Amino acid sequence: MNRVTAEKTEGIVPVQEAGRIRVQNVSRFFLQDSGPDVIALNNVNLDIEPGKFYSLLGPSGCGKSTLMRIIAGLDEATLGTITLDEEPIRGPHFLRGMVFQDPTLFPWKTIEENIASGLEARGILKEKKHEVQEYIRLVGLEGFEKVYPHQISGGMAQRASLARALVNHPKVLLMDEPLGALDAFTRMQMQEEILRIWQSRGTTIVFVTHDIDESVYLSDKIVIMTPRPGKIKEVIDVPLGRPRSRNHPDFWRIRSRILRIFGFSPDFADSYHI
Amino acid sequence: MAVTQPVSRGVPGEERHRIPIKTLLIYLLPLLLLGIFWAEYTFLPNAQTFTKKKYLAAAFPYFVGLYLVVFGVGLFKKNFRQKLTYRSPLISGAIGFLILWDLVTLKMGLLPLPQFPSPGAVVAALVSDAEVLFVSLYHSLGLLFTGYFLGLLFGLPTGILMGWFSTINYWLSPILRFIGPLPATAWIPVAMVIFPTSFVASVFLVALAAWFPITIMTWSGISNVNKSYYEVARTLGANVRYLIFKVAIPASLPSVFVGLFMGLGSAFATLVVAELLGVKSGLGWYVAWAQGWAEYAKVWAALVIMAVMFSGTTSLLFRVRDRVLVWQKGIIKW
Ligand SMILES: Nc1ncnc2c1ncn2[C@@H]1O[C@H](COP(=O)(O)OP(=O)(O)O)[C@@H](O)[C@H]1O
Ligand SMILES: [Mg+2]
Repeated sequence: MNRVTAEKTEGIVPVQEAGRIRVQNVSRFFLQDSGPDVIALNNVNLDIEPGKFYSLLGPSGCGKSTLMRIIAGLDEATLGTITLDEEPIRGPHFLRGMVFQDPTLFPWKTIEENIASGLEARGILKEKKHEVQEYIRLVGLEGFEKVYPHQISGGMAQRASLARALVNHPKVLLMDEPLGALDAFTRMQMQEEILRIWQSRGTTIVFVTHDIDESVYLSDKIVIMTPRPGKIKEVIDVPLGRPRSRNHPDFWRIRSRILRIFGFSPDFADSYHI
Repeated sequence: MAVTQPVSRGVPGEERHRIPIKTLLIYLLPLLLLGIFWAEYTFLPNAQTFTKKKYLAAAFPYFVGLYLVVFGVGLFKKNFRQKLTYRSPLISGAIGFLILWDLVTLKMGLLPLPQFPSPGAVVAALVSDAEVLFVSLYHSLGLLFTGYFLGLLFGLPTGILMGWFSTINYWLSPILRFIGPLPATAWIPVAMVIFPTSFVASVFLVALAAWFPITIMTWSGISNVNKSYYEVARTLGANVRYLIFKVAIPASLPSVFVGLFMGLGSAFATLVVAELLGVKSGLGWYVAWAQGWAEYAKVWAALVIMAVMFSGTTSLLFRVRDRVLVWQKGIIKW
């Protein structure tokens, strides 16, 4: 289990109680003026346990982003309900933080101001100003406080974007392919950082990826999705300890199982990027 | 030009004493041209009669003195020297132009009088009418700032409201499209009879001229804001007020500034026409008045002042923009 104890928490910032998300019979249709209507999600059911690390894994077009946007409250389900701790989700809320593939930092704000945005938006920046520095430290951006987004690298921008979401102490952190645009090295480094932050903060994380290794390396549970229509095919457990080794036989067993679910032969060496 | 001198080679203390000879020459070029100008002005016989006071002749020693001071400072301050070296050919070119101008007017009489007075005559007009010119400048500036400020005061909110609320956009954009392209100067005949004084009328005209581009560019800026910024802000807990004031407006400022510059340009044009035609003060009025008396040296003098006023105001706006949009440094150059 990864429920966090107080001693493990970094810094002085209190940890928000992690949230449970229930997705019940959720469908999302996009009605098109031209061409056939799209069934982006078809009757999706998912119970996301508090404090756990979930990955949504699947090829593009299987509705991962759509599901994330509905949980975030940026989009609405056509049918079905989603609740966070038994409360139905209506619109975005700071307790459901989101990190997008594009860091989308506000270019007119410095890194520090970007990270402080959530506090500013909620009108509590004055009281909680000291926490901003805490999060800058947490994601390793000390020294870049007064710098503007265009002056930093993609990896650093994504860290800033992560800190910006974390500063609100969300119960759930939704990450839609946050590492998709990064090079392999920065990507592995960021995977470690995300794990470290998750383990210290205890937030529920839902992480979208189409990289099988990444999902096995990071997650407690992998939600496997398939397209046309977008639906959940299977939810598999990753009963591995941490830190994980990418070369451990158990790691490879899970990896092979996922490949088989997607219909690839596990011996086909380079096929694990879907 | 020769800004890329290899100055910082060798021992730091040494560099002061060893300014490259080429730099020194570039550096002395304006002084040389001043000398040529003085000789040309003093020794060549006049083709035109020149009865005004010889302010220009009297000014030469001052110019030379001023340049020597600048030169002296440059010897000791490296930064200043580099800037001066960069500007030096330009300054020399400007003096060269004055020499040429003096040659074709005063010295050779190639250009007709009274339309094309010599530089000396324009300087004489500047000095002898300094007081009137100053008062006129003051009035023009007053009109410009009042009108432009009002245009801004109405333009920004109009643009923001149109960009944010589709109902407001539905009603206002046809009006904007219909009357917007009409130059503000076309309203002069109407404005002059509607408003109690010609000053109020001109303020209205200048404001109208500035209002249109400011509104259009603010509207366009707000409606082109990347939608992901709103989504991010909403997941961070932003309400509508935050979305408008902390996302939409800052994100659209680059476009707003384009509108501010365009608005300033049309404000200048409208101001001059309004002063030429109706208002009884300001530089435009002075030009019309001097022209009525065929005093073209004064017309030119007023044009010089206007150019200084307009380019000064524009640089001021550039300064403001550089302040407000510092985050753009390195992204966009214009
Ligand atoms: N706003 C939209 N309008 C129409 N179709 C959409 C829209 N958003 C997503 N879709 C469609 O829904 C399906 C799932 O998309 P998405 O959730 O983005 O998939 P993923 O993130 O897994 O790649 C795709 O077929 C996509 O074309
Ligand atoms: Mg996606």
